[in-house]
Amino acid sequence: MASDDKPHAERFPFGIVGAGLGVVTRQLPPDEPPPLAPNADLAVIGRPVPRQNGRAKVTGATRFTVDISLPGMLHGRILRSPLAHAEIHGIDVTAAARHPGTRAVLVVARPDELTGATLRYVGAPVAAVAAVSMVAAAEALRLIRVDYQSLPFVADMDEARNATAPPVFDAASAPAGYASGFPARLNLPLDGNVRGPATDGRGDTAEGFAEADLVVEGEYRTQVQTHCCLEPHAIVADWRADGLTVYMSTQFTAGVRHELAEAFGLPLDRVRVIVDGMGGGFGSKSTLGSYGRIAVALSRQAQAPVRLVLDRQEEQMDSGNRPATWQRLRIGAKRDGSLTAISLVSYGTAGVALGAGVGNVAQALYACPNFAAAQYDVFTNASPGCAMRAPGNAPGAFGLEQAIDELAERLQLDPLTLRDHIDPSPVRREERRIGAERIGWRRRHAPGADPGPIKRGMGVAQSLWGANVQTNSACEVRVMRDGSVEVLSSVQDIGTGIGTVLAQTVAEVLGLHSEAITVRIGDTEFPAGPPSYGSRTTASITPPARAAAWRVLRPLFREAALALNAAAEDMAVRDGRILVRGDSGRSIDFRDAAARLRTDRISAVASRSDDYGGFRWRMADAAQARQDLGGVQFAAVAVDTETGVIRVERVVAVQDCGRPMNPLLIESQVQGGVLMGLSYALFEERILDRHTGRMVNPNLEQYKLAGACDTPAIDVVVLENYQANSATDAYGIAEPANIATAPAIANAVYNAIGLRLRALPMTPAAVLAALGKFPARS
Amino acid sequence: MINAVSALTGRAEAPDSAAPPSVGPDPLAIAMTVNGAARSLQVEPRMTLAEALRGPLGLTGTKIACNRGACSACTVWLDGVPICSCTVLAVEIGTRRVTTIEGLARGDALHPVQAAFIAHDALQCGFCTPGMVMSCAALVERQPDLTADDVRAAISGHYCRCGTYPHVVAATLAAARTRKE
Repeated sequence: MASDDKPHAERFPFGIVGAGLGVVTRQLPPDEPPPLAPNADLAVIGRPVPRQNGRAKVTGATRFTVDISLPGMLHGRILRSPLAHAEIHGIDVTAAARHPGTRAVLVVARPDELTGATLRYVGAPVAAVAAVSMVAAAEALRLIRVDYQSLPFVADMDEARNATAPPVFDAASAPAGYASGFPARLNLPLDGNVRGPATDGRGDTAEGFAEADLVVEGEYRTQVQTHCCLEPHAIVADWRADGLTVYMSTQFTAGVRHELAEAFGLPLDRVRVIVDGMGGGFGSKSTLGSYGRIAVALSRQAQAPVRLVLDRQEEQMDSGNRPATWQRLRIGAKRDGSLTAISLVSYGTAGVALGAGVGNVAQALYACPNFAAAQYDVFTNASPGCAMRAPGNAPGAFGLEQAIDELAERLQLDPLTLRDHIDPSPVRREERRIGAERIGWRRRHAPGADPGPIKRGMGVAQSLWGANVQTNSACEVRVMRDGSVEVLSSVQDIGTGIGTVLAQTVAEVLGLHSEAITVRIGDTEFPAGPPSYGSRTTASITPPARAAAWRVLRPLFREAALALNAAAEDMAVRDGRILVRGDSGRSIDFRDAAARLRTDRISAVASRSDDYGGFRWRMADAAQARQDLGGVQFAAVAVDTETGVIRVERVVAVQDCGRPMNPLLIESQVQGGVLMGLSYALFEERILDRHTGRMVNPNLEQYKLAGACDTPAIDVVVLENYQANSATDAYGIAEPANIATAPAIANAVYNAIGLRLRALPMTPAAVLAALGKFPARS
Repeated sequence: MINAVSALTGRAEAPDSAAPPSVGPDPLAIAMTVNGAARSLQVEPRMTLAEALRGPLGLTGTKIACNRGACSACTVWLDGVPICSCTVLAVEIGTRRVTTIEGLARGDALHPVQAAFIAHDALQCGFCTPGMVMSCAALVERQPDLTADDVRAAISGHYCRCGTYPHVVAATLAAARTRKE
């Protein structure tokens, strides 16, 4: 074994298993565990281990935030703006404060503060109450008198782009950048309601289009999608003299702790954030949010714990959403398919927030020397959008991947052949090969070739996503004298099963079963873990878990070596025993080695080291690996040309996430990504009444979601793709699995009926309109 | 009106001879059989069964997600039949037996559907899971021979935003096979 205290060269597995797995030599930083073999040679990592908290979830024992009840707990409720744009001239809360049961009243939009007196969307928080029951809180809210002056507003993006449209903001009041928790470029000009452009470019697109033998051009539209987490946004805030404890349904305990400390002027060590069961976030529970601030302020005022849970209408109206987009793509190509130029113009609206771009698929998915993009945000009087599963790239791929499909047809090339020519990724090449075989791509016929009213078709689309890493991620592993083991981090399980993956990681190092590892996560009392967004959790927290386990094993190796009369560096682990390498007759039970420890408990804390091959970029706590995450999805559909109903019959999803840590959990997540994409493609749409700015379907029956009967057969294939970058070489999967579904379905619909649907959702009405059987929606 | 509830379980109610008593808005004492145990509680007439279970009865395994019968997260059994507990008032329950997710296992022995949900990873965030399990368990109880379409129909009113439907179908079919053996 090489010395650990200085960097040294090590040989790592590198490449795709089954398609050229090789070896690469990298400098291993000091105190990092040795290279990890491919999954085939491991005992626990890479195995389909059932999730540890499964039993608690199927018996109803899991405690979600909405299930928390503290002694003396009050119930908070928010009064929300009924108007899309209004100025508040006065608020009278006297009667609400006097209502029996009221314990605290908070004015959120203060008329005496210039910036807080204007409400810009229906549902914007105006005031809040904490009372002894939910009913009492609702009653008290009704006693608040607000003097609103209604202002002109605009709820529709196209109207908002007109120079004559009522301005949502002026230069002074407009959000500058990270307003919705999703990054938007800073310091862009604002003209009316249009902010931008954010530009990207390389080469010269004018020259590129001049060189092109062929140019395809199209406009694509995507709708607003809401997150629809089954567990509503929820918080229980408990403000006490000695510190603040917050139970919150959050994707980022450590981040919320930072936000709370800053918002309420508390030191970090006086703020604790806890989440056990977490009922879905998909981007919408990334930050503290206005409701979080309100609950804490109410608790501080009332000197009692306050529970604040949004109801379903509030969820739909004001808990974030995926912005609507419009994009125009032009792609120029030579006869052989080589791309000569891509130009992209996009307008998107996240309501009163920013971050409505269409991502980086057009920039980065295909080789093209000349590229130009101009992306604009359009302010509207609508609730703030935020990140939602693959923000930007999901709507972006809906446009780009249809444009590439169209280009292939114009060039008389198979869409896979064209992609083999212009996509430089060896990973996606292999994914296309596997997927084509699985779906039976060679049976794909010409567009609209089926004779009857039910027309079938196949389509393909690709995905691109950054391999994100949070460097501010730490994990502790403890071994007790009885041999019991704990893994601890503030990282939260939002449904991915990260706790189980941590147990597998530690178990692999210690030679134990994963069930033997006690997982303690979702609490900022533990070392700070990463957020569960940006598909970065596994990439960020499994390497420090392995490093911590490896470091805590060394004192055990020393004890075992003493007991076995061997050298510590010759120790190895297997099946619950510590043994002498090459002499398995000499071994000691893991528990017996632990019993020899000098103290009751030993512990090691490790943090995420930089990728061994270096990062592509790094900014504060966030970084991105040099390689991308990808994925290729194939869809088979049947379109009923008499009813306009599209049925997705089958999806083949071939994805990659570095080292797959647990194929069972990954399969679940990929199926979830596909279904969210299918639902986006066919059903979902937030509908605002443009005359009032109100959402007309703020529920779960008129806001349509895909259900069990809409679910196709979904084949999931996951590549093993080693890049020698960390102690586990594992990356995320949630977002890459959500990007390609909608365009794959759209391309399959084109293949079925020979007509291209360029707007989402692809409803029966849209299909019939395309077929000329139904008037198009104005 | 506390007696006009006959359609709930598809069973006829005993005809009420007298005019219905006027109750509320103050809480009243009612009794209920939940998971085989007789429970007494105070409820306002407007309190739903879901709220009564989660509040005074402390059975928070039953989840409220839409609170209007659109998502089925709050599914419990009433006399063995799955219903949305957010659309039933607590005062309507009377003598009918309520079974919640907490009452499905027999001690430490999980219901076959619960065990299969774990083995097949038929859950992610787990918020829709209690309701989903109750519908699938009821299906397995009433119909030993199942097809995938039977399962899909039984859960067609359940929303799962994590997209667990394929694993839910696989798990329920596996549980039905276990049950037959």
